[in-house]
Amino acid sequence: MERPIRVLIAKPGLDGHDRGAKVLARAMRDAGMEVIYTGLRQTPEQIVEAAVQEDVDTIGLSCLSGAHNHLFPEVTRLLKEKDATDILVVGGGIIPEEDIPKLKEAGISEIFTPGTTTATAIEYIKENVKR
Amino acid sequence: MTTDLKQVGGAKKAWEEGPVAKAVARFPERKEEFLTLSGTPVDRLYTPLDTADFDYEQDLGFPGQYPFTRGIQPTMYRGRLWTMRQYAGFGTAEESNERYKYLLDQGQTGLSIAFDLPTQIGYDSSHPLAHGEVGKVGVAIDSLADMEVLFSGIPLDKVSTSMTINAPAAILLAMYIVLAEKQGVPSDKLAGTIQNDILKEYVARGTYIFPPKPSMRLITDIFEYCSDKVPKWNTISISGYHIREAGCTAVQEVAFTLADGIAYVEAAVEAGLDVDDFAPRLSFFFNAQMDLLEEVAKFRAARRLWARIMKNRFGAKNPRSLKLRFHTQTAGCALTAQQPDNNIIRVTLQALAAALGGTQSLHTNSRDEALSLPTQDSVTIALRTQQIIAHESGVASTIDPLAGSYVIEAMTNRIEDEAMDYIKTIDEFGGAVSAIEQGFIQREIQESAYAYQQAVESGERIVVGVNKFQVADEQAPELLKVKPEVEARQKAKLENLRQQRDNAKVQSTLQQLSKTAQGDDNLMPGIIEAVRTYATLGEICDALRQVFGEYEPSVIF
Repeated sequence: MERPIRVLIAKPGLDGHDRGAKVLARAMRDAGMEVIYTGLRQTPEQIVEAAVQEDVDTIGLSCLSGAHNHLFPEVTRLLKEKDATDILVVGGGIIPEEDIPKLKEAGISEIFTPGTTTATAIEYIKENVKR
Repeated sequence: MTTDLKQVGGAKKAWEEGPVAKAVARFPERKEEFLTLSGTPVDRLYTPLDTADFDYEQDLGFPGQYPFTRGIQPTMYRGRLWTMRQYAGFGTAEESNERYKYLLDQGQTGLSIAFDLPTQIGYDSSHPLAHGEVGKVGVAIDSLADMEVLFSGIPLDKVSTSMTINAPAAILLAMYIVLAEKQGVPSDKLAGTIQNDILKEYVARGTYIFPPKPSMRLITDIFEYCSDKVPKWNTISISGYHIREAGCTAVQEVAFTLADGIAYVEAAVEAGLDVDDFAPRLSFFFNAQMDLLEEVAKFRAARRLWARIMKNRFGAKNPRSLKLRFHTQTAGCALTAQQPDNNIIRVTLQALAAALGGTQSLHTNSRDEALSLPTQDSVTIALRTQQIIAHESGVASTIDPLAGSYVIEAMTNRIEDEAMDYIKTIDEFGGAVSAIEQGFIQREIQESAYAYQQAVESGERIVVGVNKFQVADEQAPELLKVKPEVEARQKAKLENLRQQRDNAKVQSTLQQLSKTAQGDDNLMPGIIEAVRTYATLGEICDALRQVFGEYEPSVIF
């Protein structure tokens, strides 16, 4: 049997809004994925370390404080450093449309903005995870 | 004329079996079951049968009188409208100061300060964890020097100021007191609020620093200090707002907020304070969500339940101790990123619920807040929304206008009863602090949040523009951008301050504060002394962290 997709849901930075992160984490678990949620206030270093250690297939970053432009690319940069670019990175939160192209350039595969269903996010991960 | 309930019951049955059954047979109702936003079933029709056990004098009474169901003031908005208080702050103190002056010019009647996350979590702008967050969700305040700029040209005896600050609330209040002193305003003239509600940070908002025990001590120290020195200050704003934003129901919002309130009152009483010395300065903060009727009932139920708790559980004697005074903010989580102008209508309905529910102050969200911080244009519309409700809609002319409506009274009763059941369960856990430590409240919130998301995804619950009535190719609106140079500028200011001030004095006040923290004396005087020397927020929090340690959350989802 194929092993389930392993996901790390992470809250980088100081933002405390984790309703979305937790709802998504639970929906992914209900969809048969193995989900680890980091809790609040994680540095990009902590997130990447956890991702590598837990051997996850994908990282979901959530940020609603406006610090995404700094925090998300830092995660993908550190993944490159660790030679772990096979991990699919997606993000979500209060993220203005105009910031998305730059984030994608930095290696965030997809950005989910408010109103996205958990089903859409799960479908995307299933289709794009590299393994 | 009295209503004969038996007769009404018979007539209702005949109506249901006759015209209703016939109508439903020809045109089925839109849904099998109609639910409130919180998922509670709503009946087709409410009649006197639903308020049969209802005692007007005991359950409603008159405005300004126990149990305050109809409002806390005898004349309510006929005497004075609610305070229109827009939460604002971004970037540096200079930029936020400009926004405050603009809002005051536009007829806003109170200030509400939004701080950035490093400030809220007790880190200076130069701290590594602050990187990327400086000035983002609010204004960056590192020391008294920033507060001096933030309130430049704003006389502190002329405005009331609400500060959304929790874990480091004592420090920001100390800064405000010292700033007032410099303006020549004595502390007993200061009016305003600090949020200072740590318990909801643990379950919903996330800006905690210290573990529960020392956090509760900081809070009771503030109660004690202010009852003597800053008597007009609201020492806490016990907040259901963020718990609701995290996904709970209306009943849970009332229950968890009042359970937190009970924990604060118990802590202060245990610390030796008399309930009537501090209870009149407790204030509350609720959410105004989309379900108009349920929300109006919620505000009324909360008011009545708190009055009963203060009277019966704590034996409060001062009528002011029994009054639940509250601020309201419209629901941020109800805003949609899709077709953002629709949010103006959502906010209007929510704000109307707050006015019909008897709020003391109100923040209306801006249409673009699902996308970023609001632009000045959006903030102006949000403020105008309140002004239109206040001056044009007529709802401010009579007190508690929905009272006596069968559905409103039935919902008010139900919410009070169900919230009381939750409070009993929380008591069985040993109170709110234990219930939080054991994850009970967090789990309850998450269950509700998940159920709501599933209802939206299944289409059972319609959100206009999101899962129905969508449009393709939306035009992206103009958004406010926090200038990226804010962080560098703020760090430079801080560096400069560290070179200019008397560092020996800073160190000695910080050491003194650590010593006080190790004992039992009130922390406020020491914090005020430290602030006066321009010790930074981060330095003061570090001095306390060394003694108190930091909160370690348990991760539950």
